[in-house]
Amino acid sequence: MIKYIARRLLMLIPVLLGVTFIVFTMMYITPGDPARLVLGESAPEEAVEALREEMGLNDPFLVQYFNYMKNLIVHRDLGISYVTRQPVMQEIVAAFPSTLKLAGSAVLFAIILGIPIGIISAVKKYSIFDNVTMAFALIGISMPVFWLGLLLILLFSVKLKMLPSSGYASFKHMILPAVSLGAQSVAIIARMTRSSMLEVSGQDYIRTARAKGQKEGTVVLKHAFRNALIPISTSVGLQFGSLLGGAVLTETIFSIPGIGRLMVDSIKMRDFPLVQGSVLVISVAFCIVNLLVDLYYAYIDPRVKTQYK
Amino acid sequence: MGNLLEIKNLSIEYVTDERTNKAVNNLNLKIREGETLGFVGETGAGKTTTALGIMRLVPSPPGRIVSGEIIFEGENLLEKTEKEMREIRGNKISMIFQDPMTSLNPIMTVGEQIEEVIKLHEDLPKDELRKRAEAMLETVGIRKERFDDYPHEFSGGMKQRVVIAMGLACNPKLIIADEPTTALDVTIQAQVLELMKELKVKFNTSMLLITHDLGVVAETCDYVAIMYAGSVLEYGNVERIYNNPLHPYTVGLFNSIPSLDEDKDKLDVIPGTPPDPANLPTGCKFHPRCSKCMEICKQKMPEPIEVEEGHYVSCFLYDKDVKEGR
Amino acid sequence: MAEANAIAKGKKENKSNSQLMGVWIRLKKNRLAIFGLVILILLILMAIFADILAPYGYDEQNLQNTFQTPNLEHPFGTDEFGRDILSRIIYGSRISLQVGIIAVGIAVIIGGFLGAVAGYFSGKVDNIIMRCMDVLLSIPQMLLAISIVAALGNSLANLMIAVGVSSIPQYARIVRASVISIKNQEFVESAKATGSNDLRIIFKHVIPNCLAPVIVQATLGIGLAILTAAGLSFIGLGIKPPTPEWGAMLSGGRMYIRDYPHLTLFPGIAIVVTIFAFNVLGDGLRDALDPKLKQ
Repeated sequence: MIKYIARRLLMLIPVLLGVTFIVFTMMYITPGDPARLVLGESAPEEAVEALREEMGLNDPFLVQYFNYMKNLIVHRDLGISYVTRQPVMQEIVAAFPSTLKLAGSAVLFAIILGIPIGIISAVKKYSIFDNVTMAFALIGISMPVFWLGLLLILLFSVKLKMLPSSGYASFKHMILPAVSLGAQSVAIIARMTRSSMLEVSGQDYIRTARAKGQKEGTVVLKHAFRNALIPISTSVGLQFGSLLGGAVLTETIFSIPGIGRLMVDSIKMRDFPLVQGSVLVISVAFCIVNLLVDLYYAYIDPRVKTQYK
Repeated sequence: MGNLLEIKNLSIEYVTDERTNKAVNNLNLKIREGETLGFVGETGAGKTTTALGIMRLVPSPPGRIVSGEIIFEGENLLEKTEKEMREIRGNKISMIFQDPMTSLNPIMTVGEQIEEVIKLHEDLPKDELRKRAEAMLETVGIRKERFDDYPHEFSGGMKQRVVIAMGLACNPKLIIADEPTTALDVTIQAQVLELMKELKVKFNTSMLLITHDLGVVAETCDYVAIMYAGSVLEYGNVERIYNNPLHPYTVGLFNSIPSLDEDKDKLDVIPGTPPDPANLPTGCKFHPRCSKCMEICKQKMPEPIEVEEGHYVSCFLYDKDVKEGR
Repeated sequence: MAEANAIAKGKKENKSNSQLMGVWIRLKKNRLAIFGLVILILLILMAIFADILAPYGYDEQNLQNTFQTPNLEHPFGTDEFGRDILSRIIYGSRISLQVGIIAVGIAVIIGGFLGAVAGYFSGKVDNIIMRCMDVLLSIPQMLLAISIVAALGNSLANLMIAVGVSSIPQYARIVRASVISIKNQEFVESAKATGSNDLRIIFKHVIPNCLAPVIVQATLGIGLAILTAAGLSFIGLGIKPPTPEWGAMLSGGRMYIRDYPHLTLFPGIAIVVTIFAFNVLGDGLRDALDPKLKQ
């Protein structure tokens, strides 16, 4: 098992190198002169040139990339924000917990609601419950995060005045953002759970369990669900990626000072180091989540476990 | 010996929007205590459905037990509640399925799966439970050290041994084995069959052995029932039927077995194909393929006739009234 | 000889025709999918005939007439510049469909080609291509699209490129998987044996045979692309005003949500209905193209 974890961690390295390279290249080709941006329109050309030299912007591309990576690996430094002149790492560290809290509560919401709905729909196939929830799920997967967020604000903040429409201080503040961000995942996970459960329910070992005299509830939860969990957990892992992406929109709507909003703001201000850093950190988070899902996979599926014994 | 199980006029069908498949039609069958009954027929003859019917595990929907009685130890299983049935399944009647590759849960150890059935029917402390399960493993010839291994770490034959251990764990009165060796290699088949024969005696159970292999029946069974399109055409003592097959279908089945003694260029196959269960022929279900078909066969379904003691056949050829031209 | 070829060809066409018929018959039974198809046809007609259908121009301002709630003259009301929301939504269907279709087109062509090459040649080529796809996949799609727009600048074309490029890996994976399963089948082996060159085999034999999963994914993908594009526009990274993009309209109306919710309501409904239609049609196509799955 340790060998498996080590192997997976090693595989992460080239992926992360690739991610940094792509993000760095993209920011490199972005039009605009960072030195001019820092000093402002009215600064004399000599001062801009001097700063350009100082920032290393005159170096060849690969040298710049190498320096960036060296700073990142050796000093855990992602550069200095052009706008605030603060270290990027510091800003990201400040913003990251809000994003994690938002995405985490959305995932939790999606799992807690999506999996039971999927199981009941599968067990009571073609019942009213199944038809109604699956119709809602279809609408749910077609619902843009940002529109749902606005509708929720309209209903619960503006009309009913029950929940706050912005901020992130308390549990109450997190309800609307987490629900609007997680709603699509609820729908996707419910659909996935239903179809995996239906597939597993047709397997011979389910019949074996019934032939033993096992109770229907135990057959469903212990035999069917535990097997269905394998494909479901993959889908949950992938959901986390789109949730991190969707967090950008949710944070904008609900004014949550997370990485997503930091990123959007810095794009508007052409603050490249901050954009680079944000994309990088979110991608790393996504990779780690997928790694955890894979490890969990190996934990629940003995066939994977023996493969790496 | 008394009847352990008696099936009377059992009919089971699968109903979907487009069609109704009549899988079992007015089936009659009995198994005495300690006896092994071979249940022979082509694929799709309704053998597995009958077995699932006895267990009351016909998937519903689309499956539906239309009519009939299944008397087990003097009580009709079709009148039992689901809870009462759960106490019978795995305990008094257990079932061994065809494909050992898929009939074990891939994410539970084999030990846990044997323990599960014991735990359901007997109230034992934890360490006793494990001991019983380990003993069952050893009984079927698997070292008890393999208790904590998962199904994918076993070969096909070993898996079927595990399934047999599960089936016998609660010392059932009746064990239903649905083609237990078809999915296995030929060399393993004989071993598994031998094991089942041996354990059947040791545990003093009756067995319903579903198969399409007449050779297997000859080796293991006391009685045999020949099934076609959901009903039994001929039933009797194995020796009598092998020496004196009466129904044209049974005769056809025997003739289609390649024999080493006779020097034949061609096997005698029964012409035609089994009927569509959604569209069964009138009268005797076999009549469109029967070489000795008479006018009456197309109109009426023959009743079982006792030709010699304990040897029944459902065919108008042996009906005296018909023969005498009435 | 020519005649024999013609007959053989005719037979082949017949066969693919009957396969198509089978798919259509199965699809027709799925009422929800047909519902989606009808909506899509209406949407496409709406986009084509926007000039005729829209009662007003999409940038026709009327500052005396701002923030009108829905009424007979303006069924969906007017926005902060007094523009007719219904007309803007009708014109907006052009943008959304265009973005969705072209973005997916980019992704299918590039991703499909990469996937086909990777699956067909396997080995080192496969490894390099798929590792690159893994890297792209490990950046959440929305973020990748955002970065690309940020790098290239806001414009309709860049939006399509961003959404398209960020969904390349999905198609590469799907095509690769089906190519691998098709590659070893007899008809491809025999084409190889008779000395067809690799590109010819890929285009003539392999790609047509992995169309089914790609069609399904592309149908669902257009919906997703429209959603992503609307999201980008919503945060101000998509199309610049006054172009009537649904996501941008939502974003514009957001400030007035307390008093004039109709500004956000109608563009949102347009997005949901469009994506719903693509989703149910995609689901239906999947079931119809793979009858085994339904059993």
